[in-house]
Amino acid sequence: MTSEPDLTLTEPVGDAIAKTTCYMCACRCGIDVHLKDGKIRYIEGNRDHPINKGVLCAKGSAGIMQHYSPARLQAPLLRTGPRGSGEFKTISWEEALSLAVEWLAPIRETAPQKLAFFTGRDQSQALTSFWAQNFGTPNYAAHGGFCSVNMAAAGIYTIGGAFWEFGAPDWDKTKLFVLFGVAEDHDSNPIKIGISKLKKRGARFVSVNPIRTGYSAVADNWIGIRPGTDGLLILSIIHQLFLTGRIDLDYLQRYTNAPWLVIDNPGGEDHGLFLRDDLGKALIRDRGTGALVRFDAFGHSPDLNADFVLADGRKVRSVLRLMAEKYLDPRYAPEAVAEQTGIDAATIRGLAAEITRVAFEEEIILQQPWTDMKGEYHEVMIGRPVSFHAMRGISAHSNGFQTARALHVLQTIIGSIDCPGGYRYKPPYPKPATAHPRPHGKPAHVQPGNPLAGPHLGYPLGPEDLLVDDQGKPQRIDKAFSWEAPLSAHGMMHMVIANACAGDPYPVDVLFLYMANMAWNSSMNTRGTIRMLEERDETTGEYKIPRIIYCDAYSSEMVAYADLVLPDTTYLERHDCISLLDRPISEPDAVCDAVRWPVLQPERDVRGFQSVLIDLGARLGLPGFVDPQGQPLYRDYADYIVNHQRKPGIGPLSGWRGEDGLDEGRGQPNQSQLDRYIGNGAFWQKHIPAEALYFKHHNAAYQQFAIDMGFFDTPQPVTIQLYLETLQKFRLSGEGVREPVAPEPYRQRLVDYFDPLPDWYMPLEEQQTDNSVFPFHALTQRPMAMYHSWGSQNAWLRQIHTRNPLYVPGPICNELGLSDGDWAWVISSHGRIKCEIARMDAVNSKTLWTWNAIGKRKGAWALETNAPEANKGFLLNHLIHELLPPKSDGMRWSNSDPITGQAAWYDLRVRIEKAEPGLELAEPSFAPVGRPAGQARAASELRYGQEWSKQ
Amino acid sequence: MTSLPQDRGTTSLGLVIDLDVCVGCHACVVSCKEWNTGGYGSALSDQHPYGDDVSGTFLNRIHSYEVVPEGGEVIGEAGQARIVHFPKSCLHCEDAPCVTVCPTGASYKRASDGIVLVDETKCIGCGLCAWSCAYGAREMDLAAGVMKKCTLCVDRIYNEALQEEDRVPSCVRTCPANARHFGDLGDPRSEVSIMVAERGGYDLMPEQGTRPTNKYLPPRPRISLADQQPAMPLAENTEGARGFFAWLDKTLDRI
Repeated sequence: MTSEPDLTLTEPVGDAIAKTTCYMCACRCGIDVHLKDGKIRYIEGNRDHPINKGVLCAKGSAGIMQHYSPARLQAPLLRTGPRGSGEFKTISWEEALSLAVEWLAPIRETAPQKLAFFTGRDQSQALTSFWAQNFGTPNYAAHGGFCSVNMAAAGIYTIGGAFWEFGAPDWDKTKLFVLFGVAEDHDSNPIKIGISKLKKRGARFVSVNPIRTGYSAVADNWIGIRPGTDGLLILSIIHQLFLTGRIDLDYLQRYTNAPWLVIDNPGGEDHGLFLRDDLGKALIRDRGTGALVRFDAFGHSPDLNADFVLADGRKVRSVLRLMAEKYLDPRYAPEAVAEQTGIDAATIRGLAAEITRVAFEEEIILQQPWTDMKGEYHEVMIGRPVSFHAMRGISAHSNGFQTARALHVLQTIIGSIDCPGGYRYKPPYPKPATAHPRPHGKPAHVQPGNPLAGPHLGYPLGPEDLLVDDQGKPQRIDKAFSWEAPLSAHGMMHMVIANACAGDPYPVDVLFLYMANMAWNSSMNTRGTIRMLEERDETTGEYKIPRIIYCDAYSSEMVAYADLVLPDTTYLERHDCISLLDRPISEPDAVCDAVRWPVLQPERDVRGFQSVLIDLGARLGLPGFVDPQGQPLYRDYADYIVNHQRKPGIGPLSGWRGEDGLDEGRGQPNQSQLDRYIGNGAFWQKHIPAEALYFKHHNAAYQQFAIDMGFFDTPQPVTIQLYLETLQKFRLSGEGVREPVAPEPYRQRLVDYFDPLPDWYMPLEEQQTDNSVFPFHALTQRPMAMYHSWGSQNAWLRQIHTRNPLYVPGPICNELGLSDGDWAWVISSHGRIKCEIARMDAVNSKTLWTWNAIGKRKGAWALETNAPEANKGFLLNHLIHELLPPKSDGMRWSNSDPITGQAAWYDLRVRIEKAEPGLELAEPSFAPVGRPAGQARAASELRYGQEWSKQ
Repeated sequence: MTSLPQDRGTTSLGLVIDLDVCVGCHACVVSCKEWNTGGYGSALSDQHPYGDDVSGTFLNRIHSYEVVPEGGEVIGEAGQARIVHFPKSCLHCEDAPCVTVCPTGASYKRASDGIVLVDETKCIGCGLCAWSCAYGAREMDLAAGVMKKCTLCVDRIYNEALQEEDRVPSCVRTCPANARHFGDLGDPRSEVSIMVAERGGYDLMPEQGTRPTNKYLPPRPRISLADQQPAMPLAENTEGARGFFAWLDKTLDRI
């Protein structure tokens, strides 16, 4: 027998541990980066971190390969060949920044709207919006318009919060969790941690999703819904709750506008608006005295069942009465919606029964006294332990805003908003729409040489807040906040290139993009978008979009279309700030923010984008970036993070404020703030007091906490808006009975879709498409191991998803004689693609799907031109147009939600045909783009860490 | 040929993998790769990492299967297809054929804890062990020319330079769904053994007679929503909304 070898089992992992924040997706987990010999040895989750609590997903664990990716840009680039060729020369930063200033300074002095500045998967919108506002252009937004604005906007308008960054299920107490289609990176690790927790506790997990992968694979019940019909399912459950009287009347009368009185005056300009007093406060009727009193007055018993005639002869009804009249209609009965949704009536009825059973029969009572905003003391906190989470699957349909509203209405009528076991807000939410700003960009807001009059993005409360001129014409390049998309709270990035190319509503001079792969997977109609980027004015020969500045860390497809490329660092080489002023990472129990810091120094001639933006701001002399003498205010982004104050005492980071670092939330800048963060694992958290942990929307202790922390300066309780008066105002404009009256082409849309009580309408593409010709849906999903297009440059992650078949339901395969490995044409009203198929049965029978953004353009991302991603991988984007098919009047609407402008990616209708035998290559196919200057060919073999090997 | 240890103690370190909560995210796969490519033995290489025909050495992989349950336990909605994510790495078999087949003594099972390892200094890359493994759990590293396999992170679990709570395999440390558990399956009182007993944990392909140490926990039983007893409609609710309003009035009088 041989003796076993002696092994060295105790050895430090590396020389040092640097704790920072992950950026392998949008989840923003804490990571411990183990460094050895100046290289990354190992990345693991930070056990103390509030988001991931030590765990880390595949993307995060593959950070090594992202940091050393061969696709990293090496130096600033100036285009030398035609757009799309990828021909560039390397230039110095001084040349690059001087050129940018040369392009931008004259615009600012003459017509600031000729700069369109849009950012993609950016996590520094507090800075980028501040920069754009000081530049003075109205044309700024991040990518929310093509991501999940329906979710965010519906949530803010309805409950003053939403999912993911705004709120989460009470994972520790919930007993029934219902998950609607979710983009996996939108709260990646917390959802995995949460699902595991609740399943181990024996709580039921129901997944509503056309596709049974990922989370749906472990759900106790999978409801394979037909895409775009989630709203009908939710309304049918609401119907069942009204039918059975299983609604939380106490919750409704205390915390919602259910008792508010709605004027019934058809044809009048006040029809459907709330009865208000002369200060504009909504009124309710006291059930005891019959008196009309303000909704927030103490000591009244609101009449949820009010229906009477006012002294002036006008009729009014409570919101709850309107809801009952609407939702008890048999058109929402389970049998009535079964065919559209593809869900049998018994399952709908069973889900409704389970929701009511858990909400009311498994009530949680926490022995925790608290006081509400009317001053009433409560001995206990009552929980209705049913929770929901939803994201992209609802959001990316043209009826997504109303569907998301319907979901919040469902949560509210069972009393499960911010209660034990239900949905919980994450600070700084709740924050009602009224406490958010209105959008800025009206003609009077834009003055050459001056900042924009206020923030670009916000929440309109009625048509008077639209950014349109006297004729009702859009003022922004993306037409956000116009009659076409009134509540486009995140802008409409997906319309920018098309509108700029068409000069509609006007041409721009400079398109400045950050981290947005618009020439590939981030655009609808990718081929068309590429053409627009290449299109020249016939008379002058100039590009229709004359200058494009692009900032990215990697050679994405978009790089080849830039005139000037500003190379960014990797996430381990930069300062970053996960700020409460931006997209927060708080958890329901604690307010949190975080930083990234350079744990490694770049060996390339690259700079962090935010520092570059601050430098550009100073060179352009923008207010907020220079002192009165014109000298730069900030050395770089790190300096800005510490010293910038949005208002006195409020800065990008909330922890360790004040000169001695003892203040939280509010306080003077602290020069050692970043060191304190780094010493604490790169994050800060402050726990919410026990009496403030639930019912935050009406909890006096929480509201005081929020003021102390600087979220707002006065209490901002949220009365949940079951009935959304803002929508009714637009409807009245559409009916032509209230000023401002909508321009004629938009009126019918406002009447049809702006129902103040959530309703369902068929997705717009489905309405306008011959569904006998295009009988199927086609969707993409994000793989858990990839973040958008980023994963394919990663040697480890790309081995998990090297190509993406189109998954086709078994019955369709049977009908068309398709089997695994066959190639097929998928055809929409806009285009056709050729791709490889795989049979699947665990999917809605009318839904084809594939993984998102695996297909790549040849030459991009430092992949070899024969890489499967560039030859077999494909995008559905080629099938989706940014405009809907023309209507009889020749008008083409944007392929977006008519309320928010959210890109309707998931409305796509297709048919599928078996492809003729031939080359097994994806189509359409594009000419390769060149490798950017300075980028070496990628290695043909990797042995990462071989120098550390031991036996 | 190599012998299995004659003086095996009772300790059998291994993994328990909970298929009820594994969502197939591949966190364990990649975390294993990053730990082990700089850890025990030679690096885990990747061939054509940015080109066609990319391949690499992974010690742990997830296989996803579509299954259509037939009869028996109702899973989800009755009779519907579902996806099963199945993580697989070396199961550290008690009767490990990969050890006994090894011509050089490179492949061995540790007497003290049952971990199956490859002594790369003795490995000649003949591949017999991979051929003999019923589970396909060994991978030849094409750059090093030696056989690689799960070490159960032997350089973590006894590593006193790590915090005690981190002395678990990298895949267990990272799993976001807490689907992976590490412990002594030879001790019936260990947490992992209790978990296996309570949840009906099972051996993978027991008919192979290899007596694997790792165990899998099956999905928990599920109850169809359609079987849920529906709530009763309001008695008053025979005339649409008017019945609701009558109920509402009565109920409001009570609260």
